[in-house]
Amino acid sequence: MSAETHEAVHRHEPPTSFIRKYIFSLDHKVIGIQYIILALVAVIVGMTMSVLMRMNLSWPGTNWPILATLFPGGAPGGVINPEFYLSLVTMHGTIMVFFVLTTAPQGGFGNYFLPIQIGAEDMAFPVLNMLSFWVTLVGFIVILSAIFFSGSASTIGPIGGWTGYAPLSALGQIAGPGQGMGMNLWIISIAIFCVGSLLGALNFITTLLNMRTRGMSLMRMPLTCWAWFTTAVLALLSFPVLLGGGILLLLDRLAGTSFFIPGGLYVSGILSGTTPSFPIHTGGSPILWQHLFWFFGHPEVYIAILPGMGATSHILSTFARKPVFGYRAMVFAIFAIGLLGFFVWGHHMFISGMSPYSAMTFSILTLSIGVPSAVKTFNWLGTLWGARIRFTTPMLFAIGFVSLFVAGGITGLVLGQTSLDLPMHDTYFVLAHFHLVMGVASIFGMFAATYFWFPKMFGRMMSERLGKIHFWITFVGVYCIFVPMHVMGLVGMPRRYAQFTEYTFLSRLHPLVVFVSVVAIITVLTQFIFYFNLIWSIFKGKKAGANPWEATTLEWTTASPPPHDNFAGVLPVVYRGPYEFAVPGAPNDFVMQTEPETETERVGGNGHNGHRH
Amino acid sequence: MATTVTGTKPLTKTGLGGGSKGRGPNGNGSPKRNGHRDAFFDARSAANRYRIGMWVAMASILMLFTALSSAYIVRAASANDWQPLRMPRVLLLSTALIIVSSITLEFARRKLKAGQQSAHKSLLVLTTLLGLGFLGSQVFAWKELAQQGIYITSNPHSSFFYLLTATHGAHLLGGLAGLGFLTLRSRLRTDDELAATKSQAQTDAVSLYWHFMDVLWIYLFVLLFFWRQV
Ligand code: HEM
Ligand SMILES: [Cu+2]
Repeated sequence: MSAETHEAVHRHEPPTSFIRKYIFSLDHKVIGIQYIILALVAVIVGMTMSVLMRMNLSWPGTNWPILATLFPGGAPGGVINPEFYLSLVTMHGTIMVFFVLTTAPQGGFGNYFLPIQIGAEDMAFPVLNMLSFWVTLVGFIVILSAIFFSGSASTIGPIGGWTGYAPLSALGQIAGPGQGMGMNLWIISIAIFCVGSLLGALNFITTLLNMRTRGMSLMRMPLTCWAWFTTAVLALLSFPVLLGGGILLLLDRLAGTSFFIPGGLYVSGILSGTTPSFPIHTGGSPILWQHLFWFFGHPEVYIAILPGMGATSHILSTFARKPVFGYRAMVFAIFAIGLLGFFVWGHHMFISGMSPYSAMTFSILTLSIGVPSAVKTFNWLGTLWGARIRFTTPMLFAIGFVSLFVAGGITGLVLGQTSLDLPMHDTYFVLAHFHLVMGVASIFGMFAATYFWFPKMFGRMMSERLGKIHFWITFVGVYCIFVPMHVMGLVGMPRRYAQFTEYTFLSRLHPLVVFVSVVAIITVLTQFIFYFNLIWSIFKGKKAGANPWEATTLEWTTASPPPHDNFAGVLPVVYRGPYEFAVPGAPNDFVMQTEPETETERVGGNGHNGHRH
Repeated sequence: MATTVTGTKPLTKTGLGGGSKGRGPNGNGSPKRNGHRDAFFDARSAANRYRIGMWVAMASILMLFTALSSAYIVRAASANDWQPLRMPRVLLLSTALIIVSSITLEFARRKLKAGQQSAHKSLLVLTTLLGLGFLGSQVFAWKELAQQGIYITSNPHSSFFYLLTATHGAHLLGGLAGLGFLTLRSRLRTDDELAATKSQAQTDAVSLYWHFMDVLWIYLFVLLFFWRQV
């Protein structure tokens, strides 16, 4: 990598004031870190809520004096009441899906590394990029404010789940606790979030199409870039639909329209149209909301997981010291998953009374997603096959990702069949499926990404020892939490119930419920090891060079942390694919993307064919 | 754990300037931006960014209206409470105004290409006025309906009428902001070539958006008043 192989471009000097540098920054790296911090804060809120839920499920009726002081309305006398529980469910799901799984993987790591990996000095529209973060942050503040302005003392926000099904969500205060102001704030927060994500997606797509450096052809991009790009396309096309649905829902609540509210509703003892507080509604379709929501909702689950898939491919290859098995197939699989993802939303609605023919169509399309998913899985295994693996912490988490994706994906194939889904819909089986595949797998992808790119972001290594402790407890923990949930679901335990004491047929499951809660609490506490490691390593970690993992892609050609304009005023030139590990005849076991072609390569032949992409 | 590596042993390089295929046509490492043009930098220019960004933004706006239209169609079929509105006549004026505004904007764009700054500017102003006229005419249609006692809650068709026109109008405001920006910009003289391509690209992007708003309105107009449920 000598300087004369680079092209000089205009150098961007970093801004000097603190505010422009760290707060209202236009630098994609700072914005990426802001997104990651947002997710790290949001996940603590979400985790705390999940612990409260588990406490109530396994020890119902217990008096927790601390809760009596914190939430006098929601836990009078320290005992969590059902409305409080349901609002916890809603806030937990919403915060986790939107503000954790959609922010860190894409807005966080994507923002930081997509421009660097394609050799750009920043995003295409830095101002929009800054706006997208601040808009998202406002969305987060609005959802948190629902905790305090929920309109009823017994809840901490709306009740409706992260899916906010109509007509309950469309009626307003009349429908009971958690349906007043909190629900408005929930919808407004989601709408704001949509806008922020759209700004981000616009930026990602334009950047990738327009800003690749010399030699960075599409098929030389790291798989992470493909994943972020596809995610951005999914977000671009699916968030507007949620936004549209949200507008309709808000109009039903505030303007009195009947998009989702059917006629003749009898709610809380009042018939629609008989009092001013419950105006007349006719003819709306609650199912319409489900269609709009899930048309967004299914692509959303891939928005959460695709970046993790990209990071996993990248990290597996780096630490297996082998090229990614079947690069092209991986690219097409990402695209196939993204494309098919738009035609399967009906699998969340088998129970809604749809025609069996539609159900069958959705079922077949759903199961066909298994094909590109399997391609990815086998290619990951192919990458690992026969490799001399370096078991670093990021590698462990990447392998964990593969394991969790398979474990959670298999049950997707079960639920994708209408006849099997009908009895299992809205049971703990579904809960287990999507927590493994969407929740935990994506989070593992992000853990892998954090441990992997931390040295680049902060110039220091994270502690491997703490990282490994973190990995093993979390890995065993999540399986202990979610595998028993499959059993509970098969027995018939319904989701979103505050407690099961009234159901004798579930009483035998109680020891299992307690076990899950205990493991969950241990696993949650373990995450503080990660937080500690993160903060400690920023200041005290071992110093990292430019390329501590001996990786090949562009981010490793620049300093750690990278300068303000990423490549210190020059644009790197790319000569080869992203995963040239163990190239025969090369002096090192890895060849950087910026390494010019050698004479032998250019003349052609000599055993490198397997590594050209 | 991996040891810290700061560099890599270089492979045997071909001589610089040996013309390996990764090189740009301009030789090695000579600063770009001045001197002769380079297809790579042209493609990667900020100018292209505006065009790409606009297409991408339009895709997402299109999805928003697709979602609302499918809600419209589903809702029309979901119950028998649908009472079609009589079309406020003034909407014909709206439609005419926005079509004409697209034409004037297209001329404005060509004038800029031809280097006729002042004609460009006056056509921009004309387009902006036509756009404002369109919005005024839309508001007039609302007033007309309100006078007949038809509000957003009156029946599903009126709900969608207000919703779709308002959403379209909100997006049109973005287009007006773009036109305002171009008008302000056209006062500055653009002598250097880079700035000229940039302002051409911005004009292209804004007019793309404006034509999109035009077509979108025609589509909504047809959907609202000429599409019949079977
Ligand atoms: C082969 C792949 C997959 C298939 C066939 C599949 C199938 C299904 C089906 C049929 C349901 C509906 C169950 C019900 O509500 O009764 C479902 C729920 C869900 N799936 Fe998957 N899935 C797959 C992969 C994934 C992936 C990769 C993710 C996330 C990254 C995911 C996330 C979810 C979520 C979040 C839900 C539940 C949503 C809710 O009701 O709150 N699934 N899946
Ligand atoms: Cu789905």
